[in-house]
Amino acid sequence: MTIFAEKKQLVAPGEVLAEGSYFPGENTYREGNKVYASRIGLAELVANKLIVVPLKGCYTPRVDDFVIGRVVDIAMSGWNVDISSPYPALLPLSETPASRAMAARKDLTLIFNVGDLVMAEVIAFDRTRDPLLTVRGRGLGKVSSGRVAHVSPAKIPRLIGRKGSMISLLKKATSCEIIVGQNGTVLVSGRQPKNEQVAAAAMYMIEREAHTRGLTDRVSEMMNRELR
Amino acid sequence: MSTTPQQPPIGKIEQKGIVDLLAKGLRIDERKLTDYRDLKIEIGLVQKANGSAMVNLGKTKVMTGIKIELGKPFPDTPNQGVLAVNAEFVPFASPAFEPGPPSEGAIELARVVDRGIRESKAIGLEALCVEPKKQVVIVFVDVYVLDHDGNLIDAAAISALAALLTSKMSRYEMDGEEVRTSDELVPLPIHNEPVAVTTAKIDGNMILDPCLEEELVMSSRLTVTTGRDGSICAMQKGGLGTFTDQEIRQAVKTAIEKGKEIRETIRGATAGR
Amino acid sequence: MNKPEVKLVDENGVRLDGRKLDELRPIKMDVGVLDKADGSAYIEQGKNRIIAAVYGPREAHPKHIALADRAVIKCRYHMAPFSVEERKSPAPSRRELELSKVIRESLETSIMSEVYPRTSIDIFIEILQSDGGSRCAGITAASLALADAGVPLKEIVAACAVCKIDGKIALDPSDIEDKQGDADLPIAFMPKSGVITLLQMDGSLTEEEFNQALDIGIAACKKINEIQVEALKRKYISVKEQAEERHEPQEAKA
Repeated sequence: MTIFAEKKQLVAPGEVLAEGSYFPGENTYREGNKVYASRIGLAELVANKLIVVPLKGCYTPRVDDFVIGRVVDIAMSGWNVDISSPYPALLPLSETPASRAMAARKDLTLIFNVGDLVMAEVIAFDRTRDPLLTVRGRGLGKVSSGRVAHVSPAKIPRLIGRKGSMISLLKKATSCEIIVGQNGTVLVSGRQPKNEQVAAAAMYMIEREAHTRGLTDRVSEMMNRELR
Repeated sequence: MSTTPQQPPIGKIEQKGIVDLLAKGLRIDERKLTDYRDLKIEIGLVQKANGSAMVNLGKTKVMTGIKIELGKPFPDTPNQGVLAVNAEFVPFASPAFEPGPPSEGAIELARVVDRGIRESKAIGLEALCVEPKKQVVIVFVDVYVLDHDGNLIDAAAISALAALLTSKMSRYEMDGEEVRTSDELVPLPIHNEPVAVTTAKIDGNMILDPCLEEELVMSSRLTVTTGRDGSICAMQKGGLGTFTDQEIRQAVKTAIEKGKEIRETIRGATAGR
Repeated sequence: MNKPEVKLVDENGVRLDGRKLDELRPIKMDVGVLDKADGSAYIEQGKNRIIAAVYGPREAHPKHIALADRAVIKCRYHMAPFSVEERKSPAPSRRELELSKVIRESLETSIMSEVYPRTSIDIFIEILQSDGGSRCAGITAASLALADAGVPLKEIVAACAVCKIDGKIALDPSDIEDKQGDADLPIAFMPKSGVITLLQMDGSLTEEEFNQALDIGIAACKKINEIQVEALKRKYISVKEQAEERHEPQEAKA
């Protein structure tokens, strides 16, 4: 059993990660006795499983994900929502809070209209059908204000940080409310536009340098400098 | 834009059947791996064409008609005749064919057949110059696929060659400023006989002349066109699969040998025409 | 008389552009050159100037082309009107249609399309300037663009053409060598799997010459693949180096 890639080594598709009975995890595949990377990213060994943390990639929905999407069309009994994924999502009328659902049965635009931003949760998705969303739940529903930023979904884990450490840092330093959708859409709202700007700048810095060391310190330093 | 074609209309059990048989060295129609289906070549069906050949390769039917006319040469070859190869997948040839402009499959087939004829210098294009820079002989090779049961490229190449070998054209001569067309009919100047041999790869097995069902299961194909002296004049890999370099070398070797056999058959069918 | 032909190789085995028979032209590759596309790459090989871009995986349009169990791959090889000596009409020619097909097939093999059923992955190759071997350089760039877009790949595909000029087998034909040579053999290869994903040939080669050409082509593809991987990583490595360098002075102070 040999491992060819070092921890957090930058690997390209087709590069050998290891030889032997390792389990091929996300963004890797096994051929014969070797495990290869299938996407550009950072190699990691988790227990006996080899994975590549991707640096690029589209958003693939997962059940229970919190997402922020844009209503693009009114369907038969629901709304088509763009969640920046190759799979268009559907928010059925039945997945909105009960009282309003009754009233709006005649006119769906009473609840959401084309162009509205909604905070939702993925309740169903598999290989054979498009994702289903719900807005029944605390903190879900139409977005009324704030600044929208789009971050590559592959970088969202880094933006949130271990146990939310990175995102907490941003919230504290900028005094902004920051809501992060797993699909890469982020909502920022602060009292001053300058704070929102710095929060956005911090997010883009994290997106760009997600694969580097010492990122937390540099982000912290940048925010303090800008908000002095 | 080229788009991944829809899934082939063949069930998993039929696919498995073909693959399992191949593992034992057998094919669904009891041919050997390197056997071609029955080849029948019929010459001269279309009298209004300068030449024509109808080919039956198993159940695949392809007809080629040759039309020869006078026309302008290409600017970069002012003293040469012109070869123009076109292919039409006639809509009734297969439930999968639709009327309209040539599909990428038809364009690929025409260009592969063209390459075979052109690169083997089969037609003496220099001898087809009537008035330098102004008038040359244009040879239109129109391949018509009438029934698709697999291996259209090889069948098309055979029918194109047979039609060319048996084509007759008027003699064109300059008479001062004018072109004189004599009633005398002469054959086209043909100097080589390119033959295309297609190998299909199914689950690692290499077979020749795939029938339609085999084509629906194959991962990739390699067409190798060779001339009289066994030299290679055109090659084309098709399909979503791959070949190792060993497999390619093997396919080339087989194509050279098989090409000789097929060339003899074509010569036999077109002799003395 | 047709235009007089130039001697392509001199007695010392030196070609018109000064190269030896087995030498590649200078190659430059950059990844992530476009802002809107999900992935992109730019390649210069000899005088070839080619941009490849990838959109996807994204919703398949029109819906009926979608496949139930994997992504549909679309590919467009197109030459800009100003890419060649005599202006080329922007309408797709039969050659461009054929090349779009064989290029799609050569790349589709490397794409793990089962990961994204019912979607479409769209590949665009624009030849801004053509100088022989453009389909191969296009494949080289397109494969990088796919990797840059984060499309899951078995590996990156490299491509190169081999030619026969003045009776000798030579690597990576330039425009004049392509036009006046005796054979042109474009090859696309996946080095780790050791398999060929594109192979075409026109001209005249004996079996022996072909075998020799295939060997040289495959070796060149392996070299090109190394350049591809370096180009793909370069962007991230330079960001990393710059960022961590900025951080260093901080540590030194502490």
